[in-house]
Amino acid sequence: METIIQIKDVTKTFVGKDNQVEALKGINLDIHKGEIYGIIGMSGAGKSTLVRCLNFLERPTSGTVFIEGKDLSGLSDGELRMVRTQVAMIFQHFNLLMQRTVLDNVCFPLEITKVSRKDAVARARELLAIVGLSEKELAYPAQLSGGQKQRVAIARALATNPKILLCDEATSALDPTTTKAILALLKEINEKYGITIVIITHEMTVVQEICSHVAIIDEGTLAETGRVEEVFQKPKSRAARKLVFLGENNQYAEMKGKRCIRIVFTSNSSFEPVIANMVLTCKTPVNILLADTRDIGGVAHGQMILQLPEEEAVAEKMIEYLKSRNLEVEELTNYVG
Amino acid sequence: MWDKQIILMIAEGTGVTLYMTLVSTLIAYLLGLPMGITLVVAAPGGLKPNRILYKILDVAVNIVRSIPFLILLMLIIPFTRIIVGKSYGATATIVPLALAAAPFVARLVESSLLEVDHGVIEAAQSMGASLWTIIWKVLLAEARTSLIVGCTIALGTILGYSAMAGVVGGGGLGDIAIRYGYYRWQADIMIVTVVLLVALVQILQMIGTKLSRKLDRRITG
Repeated sequence: METIIQIKDVTKTFVGKDNQVEALKGINLDIHKGEIYGIIGMSGAGKSTLVRCLNFLERPTSGTVFIEGKDLSGLSDGELRMVRTQVAMIFQHFNLLMQRTVLDNVCFPLEITKVSRKDAVARARELLAIVGLSEKELAYPAQLSGGQKQRVAIARALATNPKILLCDEATSALDPTTTKAILALLKEINEKYGITIVIITHEMTVVQEICSHVAIIDEGTLAETGRVEEVFQKPKSRAARKLVFLGENNQYAEMKGKRCIRIVFTSNSSFEPVIANMVLTCKTPVNILLADTRDIGGVAHGQMILQLPEEEAVAEKMIEYLKSRNLEVEELTNYVG
Repeated sequence: MWDKQIILMIAEGTGVTLYMTLVSTLIAYLLGLPMGITLVVAAPGGLKPNRILYKILDVAVNIVRSIPFLILLMLIIPFTRIIVGKSYGATATIVPLALAAAPFVARLVESSLLEVDHGVIEAAQSMGASLWTIIWKVLLAEARTSLIVGCTIALGTILGYSAMAGVVGGGGLGDIAIRYGYYRWQADIMIVTVVLLVALVQILQMIGTKLSRKLDRRITG
């Protein structure tokens, strides 16, 4: 497949007054035409700097980026601006012009490329229809929700028929439902118009949802790259494992019970695993919210706060069990939720 | 005492004050707006950083701003003579007024433009916008509400300065207040002129506030 973005030995060092920050330390990456490429990393890993190097909003300290074979470091200011009309970008905070209507926001990149007002308006209307905001064309950004603002930003980004769309944490300011809708829209755009999309994110779920490939960036270097499924099934690097496992953790069933109890240990043997036995007896997990116990001469002393399961019968059974083990049990109201 | 002549004089004084204020503000903006834009664009971390240009402008603005207006008024009398041919009267007052106000306007413009969200500027850059496009269509357009508020402040300040110019025969309401109220102890005339000055500032402020509200699209509903 044809390479559309080639990142070659890119480093970026920010020089402060008395310190230097190496944001990128020699990045090499090929992104092919038509891919949805995820670049994921923890905050501070350098992903935002990397995406800004792709259109030279940040000039790499060394190394370069090729867009469709064109070396960006060798271009004049004017030529670079021409390339940028083909590499669109959307942002976490949408960055719409607040004093312009939705329609005029979408027209803005067309004004830059000197398209006539009539053609620009026609094109903008067409794009607003694609993102489903036709009826909002005369509204101002302040009147829109976050999801709607990002739709306007997407329409604006597509106005000049770009070949590449860079998304810098584009869904990070949105709620999960809106995030899903925006990602679906991006996928549709990728499939319909063949636009290559680069997605910068810190959320594994975003990558899972729409990306075909992923690069994991950690402390300014690429820890791992590959197809999303492969990286998911067999994460090799420490950074990848951290991201993948953290993603799975989020999927564990949350405890929904509202009842909390405080148990006080005063006379039990510290060798008796009370809580584990209780869980085994009742075959339902409890959530330990607080535990502060110590072993004093073979006797357990201290307290624990447990969140009980939702089912009343099980919760009652647990309280009975604990009482039968000679523990003081006290019901707490409003400890959680 | 309140004959036709005095009423006519006060009416004329009001007109002269407005003339001095409006023309001075216009010239101050013709000078100060480009200066303010340059301060933002050439600043370290700006769109086109230029240390030397920025420093020169920054220091020049500070110097002119720190000279008391009355001193400046007298300091530049030779320069005023060259430009308008005389050193007294309303038109001659416009020269020091505009000159004193230009650096003040530059700072007002600078602070307005700095309020524009950096993300929006970055978005425009990512679309391939040129420096001029960013200045005109992003910086000035997005900051317009704040610029109008700034202009209202400038008008009020210049109006106040214009009254001060009365000391050297500058013409207008300030001139009347000093000649009749101060030199001749005619308190009633002085009070009337002061009330008129206050009314003028109020009206300008009201128009400015209304206009900036009307043009602000960030307010919902």
